[in-house]
Amino acid sequence: MNANPFTLEMLDVWKRPEPPKQQVETGFFTDTTLCIGCKACEVACKQWNQLPGDGFHWTGNSYDNTSALSATTWRHVAFVEQMDGTGGHVPRWLMMSDVCKHCVQAPCQEACPTGSLIYNEFGNVYVQQDICNGCAYCVVACPFGVLDRNHQDGKAHKCTLCYDRQKDGMTPACAKSCPTASIQFGPVEELRERARKRVEELQARGETDAYLYGAEATEEYSALNSFFLLKDKPTVYNLPEAPKRPVDNLKTNYLVSFATAVGLTVLSALCFSRGKK
Amino acid sequence: MPGLGTTMGRGAATSFQEDLRNSDCILIMGSNMAEAHPVGFRFPMKARERGAQLIHVDPHFTRTSAMCQQYVPIRTGSDIAFLGGLIRYVLDNDRWFREYVLAYTNAATIINEEFQDAEDLEGMFSGFDTKTKAYDYKKAGWSYEGEEVAKSEPPPEIKTESFSQRLASLRNPTPPSDPELKHPRCVMNIVRRHYERYTPEMVAATCGCSVEEFLRVAETLCANSGRERTSAIVYAVGWTQHSVGVQIIRAAGILQLLLGNIGRPGGGIMAMRGHASIQGSTDVPTLYDLLPGYIPQPAVMRDHADLHGYLEQEKVTHGYWANLPKFMVSLLKAWYGPAATKDNDFGYSWIPRLDNNYSQLPTFLRMAEGKVRGLFLFGQNPAAGAPNAKLHRAAMRQLDWLVVRDWFEIESACYWYKGPEGVDPKTVPTEIFFMPAASSPEKDGTLTNTQRLLQWHDKAIDPTGDCRSDLGFLFDLGKRLKALYAGSDKARDQGLLNLTWDYGFDSPPMLPDGRPSRLPDEPDAEKVLREINGYTVADNRQVKGFSELKDDGSTACGCWIYSGVYPAPGYNRARERKRNPDNYTSPNWGFAWPHNRRMMYNRASADPEGRPWSERKKYIWWDEAAKRWTGVDEPDFEPDKAPSYRPPEGATGMASIAGNSPFIMKPDGKGWLYAPAGTKDGPLPTHYEPIESPVANLLYRQQENPTIERYDVPMNAKSAPLDPEYPIVATTFRLTEHYLSGPMSRFNSWLNELQPAMFIELSPELAAERGIEHGGWLVAWNKRGAIEARAMVTRRVRPLQVDGRTVHQIAIPFHWGFAGEVVGSSANDLTSIVADANVSMHEAKAFVVNVRPGRVEDFKDLPLRAAPWPTYRAAPDAPRSAQPEGQED
Amino acid sequence: MEPTPARAAASQTFSPNSTAKGPRTRGATVVPSVCPYCAVGCGQHIYVKDGRVIDIEGNPDSPINEGTLCPKGANTFQLSVNPHRITQVLYRAPYSERWEHKPLDWAVSRIAERVKETRDRDFIEEREGTVMNHLTTIASLGGATMDNEENYLIKKLFNGGLGILPIENQARI
Repeated sequence: MNANPFTLEMLDVWKRPEPPKQQVETGFFTDTTLCIGCKACEVACKQWNQLPGDGFHWTGNSYDNTSALSATTWRHVAFVEQMDGTGGHVPRWLMMSDVCKHCVQAPCQEACPTGSLIYNEFGNVYVQQDICNGCAYCVVACPFGVLDRNHQDGKAHKCTLCYDRQKDGMTPACAKSCPTASIQFGPVEELRERARKRVEELQARGETDAYLYGAEATEEYSALNSFFLLKDKPTVYNLPEAPKRPVDNLKTNYLVSFATAVGLTVLSALCFSRGKK
Repeated sequence: MPGLGTTMGRGAATSFQEDLRNSDCILIMGSNMAEAHPVGFRFPMKARERGAQLIHVDPHFTRTSAMCQQYVPIRTGSDIAFLGGLIRYVLDNDRWFREYVLAYTNAATIINEEFQDAEDLEGMFSGFDTKTKAYDYKKAGWSYEGEEVAKSEPPPEIKTESFSQRLASLRNPTPPSDPELKHPRCVMNIVRRHYERYTPEMVAATCGCSVEEFLRVAETLCANSGRERTSAIVYAVGWTQHSVGVQIIRAAGILQLLLGNIGRPGGGIMAMRGHASIQGSTDVPTLYDLLPGYIPQPAVMRDHADLHGYLEQEKVTHGYWANLPKFMVSLLKAWYGPAATKDNDFGYSWIPRLDNNYSQLPTFLRMAEGKVRGLFLFGQNPAAGAPNAKLHRAAMRQLDWLVVRDWFEIESACYWYKGPEGVDPKTVPTEIFFMPAASSPEKDGTLTNTQRLLQWHDKAIDPTGDCRSDLGFLFDLGKRLKALYAGSDKARDQGLLNLTWDYGFDSPPMLPDGRPSRLPDEPDAEKVLREINGYTVADNRQVKGFSELKDDGSTACGCWIYSGVYPAPGYNRARERKRNPDNYTSPNWGFAWPHNRRMMYNRASADPEGRPWSERKKYIWWDEAAKRWTGVDEPDFEPDKAPSYRPPEGATGMASIAGNSPFIMKPDGKGWLYAPAGTKDGPLPTHYEPIESPVANLLYRQQENPTIERYDVPMNAKSAPLDPEYPIVATTFRLTEHYLSGPMSRFNSWLNELQPAMFIELSPELAAERGIEHGGWLVAWNKRGAIEARAMVTRRVRPLQVDGRTVHQIAIPFHWGFAGEVVGSSANDLTSIVADANVSMHEAKAFVVNVRPGRVEDFKDLPLRAAPWPTYRAAPDAPRSAQPEGQED
Repeated sequence: MEPTPARAAASQTFSPNSTAKGPRTRGATVVPSVCPYCAVGCGQHIYVKDGRVIDIEGNPDSPINEGTLCPKGANTFQLSVNPHRITQVLYRAPYSERWEHKPLDWAVSRIAERVKETRDRDFIEEREGTVMNHLTTIASLGGATMDNEENYLIKKLFNGGLGILPIENQARI
């Protein structure tokens, strides 16, 4: 039978394959104290994933000309010039390679209505391109502004943590290319342990401003499987001080709606009871 | 690199990048290592994480500075003042490594009485001839006591880096010396006097840094040098592209010798070179004044009429260079094969004779006068990348014919119809051939990296269309030229006709994936490498190393220093890729010249008796039981020469080198604090202001390097010192995201999006003074041109206090031009053509400009459209699920 | 540490594409190479499939880069597989306003003729009795980005064969 490949592909979607075997959870530890701002990660990511350039826009914002993560930029190096010597530190130039945070409890995944966004067998948050319908709920759900919809195919894209490479035990392209081991990839529990030791080491060296961002869960937000060692407030690096899950807002909304409903019921009951008199 | 060659014997980085991890302190100066060599910078980062101090001394705060614990801003061009200050600090505070210095340097050697220092002559040394603007060695008296002018000292025209010149020869390899260092004319006391006035205050006043900043650097270096600790110095073109570049590097050599940091793990001077094989192209030189392996090109100014005269004049009696006849004769045999016989001087007469300076800058000036008819460009882009690029473009418009071998339509391929000056092609007479070149995956061969390491890269695929490797092009061109000249009996054509040119494959070439190559007529690069390695003529057996070479015509060798790279059939050591987990020098990864030695002068890692200076800094030592030198590297020394060996009276060649003399290329076996020969602008580094400078020389009445070639021709005007019209100091610099003038980066969207536009960095103070807004346009101009750029106003550039007044500096990346996906003004339209006396180096790192807000009106070249990307060509032989995510539909 | 049930692979809906996922370099021929940009000398791996380069990465075995690359090194793929690359010989006649295509064979022949013509006219055998045997009206520039073997042939052919002196490259010092 000569079936139309397109039809076959459509049928594929309805087949439910066996899920792959669970693997040890992996993630990134990005240590900004080792980042030399070379942007090898950005290019290695584009190369492996064959992503187009985002256009040639000189921003004047230090050496940052890609500005933010996007549907076609999955690693982005931020530059923060703190050269005026204020703020209690020596003049310095901070650099940080930003990426999808691969949240342990990911709002994008919670918002996805199609089942495109999953936690794959490595515990990475992954957009399945053959499922995504481009509704962009995930785009608004992400508190970090990671997800973005591509104008060409209309679908949501972000860092895949090189899912394809991991299937064969290969290191993601960005981490492999990083010359100074600022981006470290591995089993996430090992990374967390290594990161804690690194902070202790830096603190002992007198770098008391070093701390981990997202290595552990807070009351409001889950831990990140892609977490960071920072030297200044998160907002300095354009990261939210306290990321929020949209679902948490829903709880209050539910309560308010429920309370309103109860209130209205009581009110109308009162009205009716008055009317009877 | 005569700065290193004159000081230590060989013009190349003394160490290897991986060894920087062992440093206790690294002074990065004249290099923006984190940006220009990010992967090499892994090793300073590793050292830092192990507790080393990283210091960056640079005109502006870069990504390198951001990684260092200490950053010191200095005025560009003031490096010798800074380094001279460090030398003075080391001597004044008695921080030099006494045993090392006394044993391994010429500190105790006594200098001729006629010598007069810059201190005595207001910034000049004895022997300066004001008419020729050069030092007359016969009158200079720079040599060791009892010696006359070195016979190998070449005339000023020759800018050679040849060993003969750098080494100089001595009649007496053990010159008079005073180990007590009391003699007023011993080198140590001359050096002391020379730098006496380079006080911290003088450094601060000249360089524009603070006394405290300078002292902190000095103290850090001293505290991290000695028996137990070592410091390294890293430099790049930030030192070389000055009118005093060679002397800056000499100053670093003096400092490192005094601190005992040469030839030891974690020490050394790392020259970070810019191009993939720029070391290789000086070793196997595409240079006008050298034959392969630093053998000087014969010259009419010297007694070079026949081979005998040439060898007599060029060889050095003592030390390794006594072997020159073997290297030269073997080279002639490699080139002219059976036609090279004893009777015809092995074809020596076919080698062209030098009569002038034919380096790039004078050649392009001759070209501008219509005196050069044809030009080949092999992956070089003078129309944007050369100093005073505008003049280079004007010169190229005078050519009769031009061959451009490149990948893209770079500036040097389209200068005939566009450019900021506006061109009418109807006025350009040049016949131009653009010959598309193969890219690195499309050809095989060796590249020599910054640490003298030869690495073979395999050909992965055939190049498409008309693209060919340069090797293939040259092989083809050579065959056609031989055919055109076939049958000629003119003497002048015999060199070409006799040239050995048999590089075809013996069997059809195959690609790594098992397919046959579609280009069976391409040459076999391994055959070329085997010729470079050398072989015995009688049985065509490859030699194991240069020690097998002979001067009787029985051996052939294309480049003696590479000998050993292909020591046996099927054993290409450049292609060897084995890691040894126990040895960080990786002796089986590639091949390092000479003779696979990773660290040069490593005999100095042991004390005079052959014992490691300390357990912590152990590297090579004398094994008394085995009677051999042993350790983690190949000894850069005769492997079985005992430390106690002393040359007998009248010894020559290597036999004249004592067992405690690590600098085997030098006739006295010593590192040269004071260079009695080898540098044309003085035996000791002396602070001169750049040719263009808004500051008077605070140290001497002599303002600038007196031996500089100025080329005062039209289009190359220069500002006089302290020109009030141009009060701002400018320097050029590199960004990580781009490469040189852009041929290998500005046609690439992945790099262009990261740094899409030309900008100039300036301080908020200067911006406020001139009304320039951050992000707005500014024009920088000087006597040679005007360029426009976006203003990057940043505190990473600081106004400096120089001699009590404010001097502004601006920093200009030099990556843009008028061809490519992103275009912008070329920094090189502002730089000038001048040439230092040693190597014809220009001064791109220090010149003057003025700035104002606005644009240069006539700059309107349109960029190439961005290439469509991704290519939407699925990866072959791979399912949809293996296609790149960015390509999925 | 076990994932929470909500995150476990077993409770996700994997698409066919996701279960079949794998790197495109699977089964490719790996060719060792060296980065063409700066002089650090990073080892690279070139992945070839079906006669095409599909990926270029750092060689993890290299003692210099240990698999890493800088942005330029990571860009080597786009440098080589690049729509801007010129793949045909371009020829511009004197005073012409445009490029034209010419066959490769013709172009090399024509270059050889021009070299011969210039050499025959300007070669200097001697001046005032001193042997020169040189040619200074043809110049060659470049070599620092090329292989040693290529530099060797430039020097050998141009200098040892043709007697050309002005041979230079990017190196000064």
